[in-house]
Amino acid sequence: MSAPALVVAAWLLLVGLYGVVTSRNLVHLVLCLGVAQASTYVLLLAVGYRQGAQAPIFSDIPTSAPVVDPVVQALTLTDVVVEATVSALLLALAVQTRKRFGTVDPDEIGELHG
Amino acid sequence: MALAALPVAVPVIAATLLAALKPFDPPRRLVLLTSIGTAAAVAVFSAILLARSGDETVLLWFGAWTPRDGVALGVSFAIDPLGAGAALLAGTLAVGALVFSIRYVDPSDDLFHALMLVFLAGMVGFALSGDLFNLFVFFELLSTSAFVLAGYQIERRAPLEGSLNFAIVNTVGSFLFLFGIALVYGRTGALNLAQIGQELARQPPDALVAVSFALLASALFVKAAIVPFHFWLADAYAVARTPVCILFAGVMSELGLYGIARIWWTGYSDALGHEGLRAILIGAGVLTALVGALMALAQTHLKRLLAFATISYLGLFLIGVGTLDSDGLAGAALFVAGDGFLKGTLFACVGIVQHRLGHVDERALQGRGREARLVAALFALAALGVASLPPFGSFLGKALLEHGASTVGYGWVTAVFIAVAILTGAALLRAAGCVFLGLGEVEEMEDESDVEEGEPAGETEPGRTPVVMALPAAGFLAAALAIGVIPGIADAAVRAADRFLDRGAYAGDVLFGGSESSSVPQPGLGPHWYDWLYAAISCAGALALAWVLLLRPAALRGARRPLAGLRALHSGHVGDYVAFAVAGAAVLGGLCAVTLT
Repeated sequence: MSAPALVVAAWLLLVGLYGVVTSRNLVHLVLCLGVAQASTYVLLLAVGYRQGAQAPIFSDIPTSAPVVDPVVQALTLTDVVVEATVSALLLALAVQTRKRFGTVDPDEIGELHG
Repeated sequence: MALAALPVAVPVIAATLLAALKPFDPPRRLVLLTSIGTAAAVAVFSAILLARSGDETVLLWFGAWTPRDGVALGVSFAIDPLGAGAALLAGTLAVGALVFSIRYVDPSDDLFHALMLVFLAGMVGFALSGDLFNLFVFFELLSTSAFVLAGYQIERRAPLEGSLNFAIVNTVGSFLFLFGIALVYGRTGALNLAQIGQELARQPPDALVAVSFALLASALFVKAAIVPFHFWLADAYAVARTPVCILFAGVMSELGLYGIARIWWTGYSDALGHEGLRAILIGAGVLTALVGALMALAQTHLKRLLAFATISYLGLFLIGVGTLDSDGLAGAALFVAGDGFLKGTLFACVGIVQHRLGHVDERALQGRGREARLVAALFALAALGVASLPPFGSFLGKALLEHGASTVGYGWVTAVFIAVAILTGAALLRAAGCVFLGLGEVEEMEDESDVEEGEPAGETEPGRTPVVMALPAAGFLAAALAIGVIPGIADAAVRAADRFLDRGAYAGDVLFGGSESSSVPQPGLGPHWYDWLYAAISCAGALALAWVLLLRPAALRGARRPLAGLRALHSGHVGDYVAFAVAGAAVLGGLCAVTLT
């Protein structure tokens, strides 16, 4: 795992979470979650990267050829699917929030406290 | 063993069928029978697995990709008694919750049952998995269906906001989980928990490994609502429907703690220092237990009160897990099971009150529950059970847990246990006295937002308790009692915990097809005389404090101001919640990096 990739991943996670914490709009907040999620893609792919290796598809390369780790790519794909589901759900909740509260600003919806 | 796949596969298939039949408007009876039957089947399969896993770990390699030379490329279920026991608890609570939902849930929305089954499958899969990434997948499956279940009545404001807070904070938690997985995979090249343990045991401890554990633990702390990751829980549990709450409070949150114990003992226990982790986990547990108990005391909304009582007890369970000792873990397991059923009774009673009277706030309910004598008796007994009334399972579990804590030099946590039992028990008994006996001052409602608008009315006229609602409440109470009195259950729990703590034996079972267990089984200990004394102090203290709260509230008025500060932190603002969670993860990461290596 290369240090620059780790730094980029940590940076994406932190700016994404900063956006979530300070967001004034639920749609913006969901997109910030997407940015934070992107950090895990970067990290996973960096973990499996090999210098000078090919994509792990053996249809047209010999089985002895050096390839990058296919496991992390499978994990990333799973991760993308999960994120798509959760984003869709959160955006649906954001639409409902606009309907019920008349706003999508987390500062202005406050039914629950204490 | 192919049986091991059934407790996950059957509910997923049943849920798919229910969802596919939805456009054809299936008869409601069919939907109910299918869902309750499926949950019962899950409980039966889990019970069989619990019996079979007693001697050796039950393994299922998907697609028969078995490990070669200690390298596992395939994905597996690796089932031991604690995992199977968690699955059994989930299945049993689900049966009760679904029976409760017969009269409760709007007859038109049959997808509710499909979602409950997916949720159940996620929890069971999480409990049985032997693979770190599959833990994450089942974690996501149970989380996502839980978000939807919490906000099922999306046309109302409070469930919408509760679900939103729940979903956003838990999604942040799942990013931390995945980040941790990526780090540990980068270091070990393994996802199988046993293989991760083998690889890490060969390496000198370093900060990267400690941080990867801290990230995984942070994500599971979010699920288990450990302070300061806990804020979302009260919002979500206060607004979800009662059958959903029964599963949330009885088993979902506890699975977070199970996950921490599982990952630590199979993966990290030979790589990182135990003393540091013990201090961190017990410290976090004490803080959570006290914050939850004080917040419970400040609530008048009954479900929110139960939500904070749940947080408080999650802190106590974390102390048990954090002893890193087999007695402590065995005690925590029995405590979780006993308390899970008691929480089921309490939520069911609140659901009945809500069904009959249309409110869940003490101030609106004062004295209106006088007619409901059965509900009052069940609620009061369960409240005393929470305050560790013998011989409920919570008493036995707590006694064992405290014994474990004192053997590792943390005997003082007994004081915390007594204080928390008094505070939480008093909060529940005060609510019972107010609702069912009409005691206490009539307090004006400050703001109307706390008034529940009432869940969909059932088919019976209000004023009577439907049998299908009373039955689960009474059944859960009986189960909580059974856990405390089944002969030999403490011995069995200690044996199961010994196995759970034996990393070498687990790795041998999973990777090399069998092993010699290095641990010598020790006889489990029954409660000592002082455990009975502690229980007596807890119950008497809870009754006394509830009496003061109801009849002499002026004596405690001075405590309101500091409590108001604590309440103000629970702002309902999701940005605040995420900020606290991120800060908590940063502190945990720092502490782990410094103390565990």
